[in-house]
Amino acid sequence: MPFIQFLRKAQNELEKGGRQMASAAGIENEATQQCPNCHRSMPISEIWDNFNVCACGHHFRMNARQRIRFLCDPDTFEEFDRELTCPDRLNFPGYADRLASARNACGEREAVVCGRCAIQGASCCLFVMEPGFMMGSMGQAVGEKITRLFEYATMHGMSVVGFTVSGGARMQEGILSLMQMAKTSGAVRKHADAGLFYLTVLTDPTTGGVTASFAMEGDVILAEPGAMVGFAGTRVIEQSAHKKLPQGFQRAEFLLEHGFVDSIVARKNQRRVLSYLLEMHKKEESGDGKNGL
Amino acid sequence: MAKTAYERVRLARANGRPTAADYISHVFQDFFEMHGDRRFGDDMAVMGGIARLEGKPVTVIAIEKGRNARERVARNFGAPHPEGYRKALRLMRQAEKFGRPVVCLVDTSGAYCGIGAEERGQGQAIAENLVEMMGLTVPMLTILIGEGGSGGALALAVADQVWMLENAVYSVISPEGCASILWKDAAKAAEAAESLKLTSECALELGVVERIIPEMDLGKDAFYLWLRQEISQTLCGLCEIPREELPERRYARFRAIGRTEETEESL
Repeated sequence: MPFIQFLRKAQNELEKGGRQMASAAGIENEATQQCPNCHRSMPISEIWDNFNVCACGHHFRMNARQRIRFLCDPDTFEEFDRELTCPDRLNFPGYADRLASARNACGEREAVVCGRCAIQGASCCLFVMEPGFMMGSMGQAVGEKITRLFEYATMHGMSVVGFTVSGGARMQEGILSLMQMAKTSGAVRKHADAGLFYLTVLTDPTTGGVTASFAMEGDVILAEPGAMVGFAGTRVIEQSAHKKLPQGFQRAEFLLEHGFVDSIVARKNQRRVLSYLLEMHKKEESGDGKNGL
Repeated sequence: MAKTAYERVRLARANGRPTAADYISHVFQDFFEMHGDRRFGDDMAVMGGIARLEGKPVTVIAIEKGRNARERVARNFGAPHPEGYRKALRLMRQAEKFGRPVVCLVDTSGAYCGIGAEERGQGQAIAENLVEMMGLTVPMLTILIGEGGSGGALALAVADQVWMLENAVYSVISPEGCASILWKDAAKAAEAAESLKLTSECALELGVVERIIPEMDLGKDAFYLWLRQEISQTLCGLCEIPREELPERRYARFRAIGRTEETEESL
């Protein structure tokens, strides 16, 4: 329906700022990044100051630590299972090297960071997936960390907030990575059975086995503007459909239109929206809590 | 015996191999098919209904590839759309209401990857099945009879026991897909199949399945008769367990997979 607004694409060179401008804006002594939507080049520091969002509204990807810093109240994030890893049980060719280089490149031990925190005073358990670690793929360690987080939240009667970004199940762990979909879903189920609140925020890109498990299992499902979210990858669908996919296919706005997300929330509003939703679903600490009104 | 992993993949996909419909007509009696997900449509890739197993009512849900060219097209080559998974879930809930055990037969290269499937929430449909199956209070048995392709297979395999035919395969990605992503060369599928450890023996060793069904009599009456007795016996055993304990045990089953060999370095 008309009230759904797709992120407006720049139409021509002028709107894109022009090629000359792009190079002129490149400040000599600072690294710059170009926005893939409006094509404006801007210094990295400027992007960072604006929660990694361009003036045109394009949301750049964000690594887990950066997101936690911007999302959580200062000094409230307490990390769980930071060192948890899993051995290369299948001896998959090249996997050990991939793991080592991912660890070197992004400084994380695995593709998800878990813990508890407060967001504008509302406490919750939080997991944030890391796009820089093998594209946030889910292996046994990721599945185990998320499962443990849900078990902790269930035990302590806490809500869970999850930011997903993932290429799907990690094929280098074979069938064991597929099993993580069932395992995490079981943990979500137990958390839900305890009457507790689970909120997911889908960020660019969320695909495959993560979409087909805990990403889509939230009581409330939010998405960042323009985030690509789907089960199958675009190329695979193009091959099976034998045609180019329509603009905006599998984007957050497309999911909203088809009824699969509750709302699209821009990054600058996320702290406010999340704390509101957490407050609204807060469990009464004692008493029956049924006749609050 | 010493077949390579990729030979196993070929056998699992082979044209003459019995499909789910063969199992339904030979293992079960009086199958009555029920169509539709009550949401959008009827997915022919998933067959479901009720039947008798040695006299007792069970719900049977199966992914059917089709036995000839025409059937295969009609069945979308056993690649379900979201409606297939939603039909399966509807029938599982129905089984729960009437206290019937559920038997799932899985044979799919994976959930369908297409425009319509995405529009109607393929990922959401699978995710919902995983969560709901974890909480189902009736005995569930899944048998992988051919290909067990990724999330599309798992959406019918969150069960109390999972069995695998000797030459069935169970994998997170097709060997071709894996080879083309990792090595940009689909021709290296045989290598990928080996690395993915997708055979029944590997799945048993990794604790992903409970037992392997030998194939020496595959497709013969004796095979189906034997399988009928085995399924019946197992379901009887599962029926002994108090219903409310089933979800807890099912969770524990999946919770244990891939956990034991974790190493925690420095805390």
